[in-house]
This record gives sequence, structure tokens and C-alpha cells, in this order.
Amino acid sequence: MARITGAVDIDRERCKGCDLCVVACPCNVLALQAKDVNDRGYHYAVDTTPEACIGCAACATVCPDGCITVYRVVDKS
Amino acid sequence: MTPEEIKNPCNIVAAKPRLLNDNTMHYCPGCSHGVVHKIIAEVVEEMGAEHITIAIAPVGCAVMAYNYIDVDWIEAAHGRAPAIATAVKRLNPSRLVFTYQGDGDLAAIGTAETIHAANRGENIAIIFINNGIYGMTGGQMAPTTLEGMVTSTTPYGRNVELNGYPLNITDLLARLPGTCYVTRQSVHTAPAVRKAKKAIREAFENSMKGMGTSVVEIVSTCVSGWKMTPEKANQWMEENMFDHYPLGDLKNINKL
Repeated sequence: MARITGAVDIDRERCKGCDLCVVACPCNVLALQAKDVNDRGYHYAVDTTPEACIGCAACATVCPDGCITVYRVVDKS
Repeated sequence: MTPEEIKNPCNIVAAKPRLLNDNTMHYCPGCSHGVVHKIIAEVVEEMGAEHITIAIAPVGCAVMAYNYIDVDWIEAAHGRAPAIATAVKRLNPSRLVFTYQGDGDLAAIGTAETIHAANRGENIAIIFINNGIYGMTGGQMAPTTLEGMVTSTTPYGRNVELNGYPLNITDLLARLPGTCYVTRQSVHTAPAVRKAKKAIREAFENSMKGMGTSVVEIVSTCVSGWKMTPEKANQWMEENMFDHYPLGDLKNINKL
């Protein structure tokens, strides 16, 4: 069976911490930083459990600021 | 497979579109405008139309849309975007011309321009962001504000005896013979965003084919004006806005 692995890259300085990607993620990969803030004072999103990512791109689709890059690899072996 | 191996440019499935430039958007966190800007940038890029696109910016929160999407823009006076778009499209029929307007711009101040441009069947696409409120000026009541909805000018909720009924202008536009495609979409979930993107693509293609006016209404949230978190605002929109503004195609002459 093909195995799909994904990864996300978040532009933390562009992120405004709106939480929409966290809500959209079906695998609970993302969370907002509890304490740290970026240069503009927002609690930016981070991938807390990156191994759970399936690269579905739901987070990047709903992100209003286009700060998320999604990668996906399908391993057919 | 290590994260470094996965994070290879050839594995990218979603990223910031090239036409959305690096300026940080001034919109509030979670604002629907950002999502719509992103899908417009994607559609223009996919159509390969960046050199022939002329967009008309409104007055409202999206007044500085020209700072974010890397196509040619004209800034219109409040509500007059369809009038400017009419002139641009008539003088340059080979160009992709669209307006980007909010509900205060399109449904209040620019009602006459909108209805007459659609009635003339101008070959333009109108992107209409409906969040039921005047977002930029501080959350005042707009014509599209729902009955009973609390805004800064209706602190006890919109009273229809005093303030009239919510104006469903997209339904009005769908009845005009000049429009070819009228649809209502939203961008609150990933599938909804993909549908909205398809609708915008269809509207832009209709504009290029010269089929008439296309209107894409995007039912949106205003986190600051509604005084909610982005997640709550999306829920509130699903529970309240969609009853009065149901999603779906209102008119599509391609499918008759």
C-alpha cells in the first residue's frame, strides 16, 4: 500500500496566529505557539507533531496570509 | 523519510502563489479577504493572464488590494468599480477585467453602478465579499446586515421596521438578463475554498469569452466587526449567514 508522508513549512514572520490552519488540520499536526511570538507579536503556528502530517494541504488552503508551504511524498513501495 | 528529505521543492503541493507578493496584508488575523486574494492570485496565475489582467479595487478594507496581488489595478471611487470596469473592458476587450468589492461598496453606495453594469451585460467579473458589515470604518450596519444582527450602529440588533430588510443583491443580479453566471460561495473550509476558486475561474473565463457579467459572491467573516475569534466567526457564519445567503449557483447559462 502506498504510504503518504507530508511536511509543512510555516513562514512564522508572516503568520498572524489566526488559528484557522489548526482548526482545518485533520491530523492535529499544528498548534499555535503558547508563549513565543513573532516580530509583530502574534502567536505563530508551528507543527507540533510533524510525523502525523499527510500533506493534505487543508492548512495552506484556508490560510488567509499564504504562509504555509506543504510538501507531500507518496511512497509506492 | 526525514523532514529534510520531504521538504524538497519538487514535493511542493501547496504554497503561496507567485502573484501574491511579499507585503504583509493589513487585514486582521483570520480575515476572509486574505483567502480570496490568494485564490484570485492562483486563478490568474493558472490562466496565465497576469499580463492582461486589469483589476478594479474598491473602497473598504480591500482598498489596498493593489499592494498584494501583482497585477495591474485601478482604484475606483466608492462603489464605482463596475463603472470603471465597464470603461476598461470596452476600451480593452482582450483584457481580463474584474472588480473586487465589499458589501458596503457594492450593495450600498454602488448599487446603481452594479445593477446597471450587470443589466448592460458588461463582460466583466465581479467578486463580491459579503460579510454583512462595514468592516473598515468600525463595524456599522450595511444593507446586507442580517435581521437582529448587532453592529456598532444597531446595538440592539437590526430592526427591520427601522432599518429595513437585509438586501440580497446577488439574487437581484441573477434575475437580470445581462448576467451569465451568478454564484454564492464561501471560504470557511478547505473544500469551500476549492469551490470558490473554481467559481472565480469560471467567472474569469466567462469574462474573456464575452458572455456577460459574472458575479461571484463570497459570504465572508469580519472577525473584528463581529467581535469573535476567526473560528467562532466561521461557525457563526455557518449558523446564521447561510440561512439568508444560501451557497450555490443562482444562475449559470453554460449549464442551461
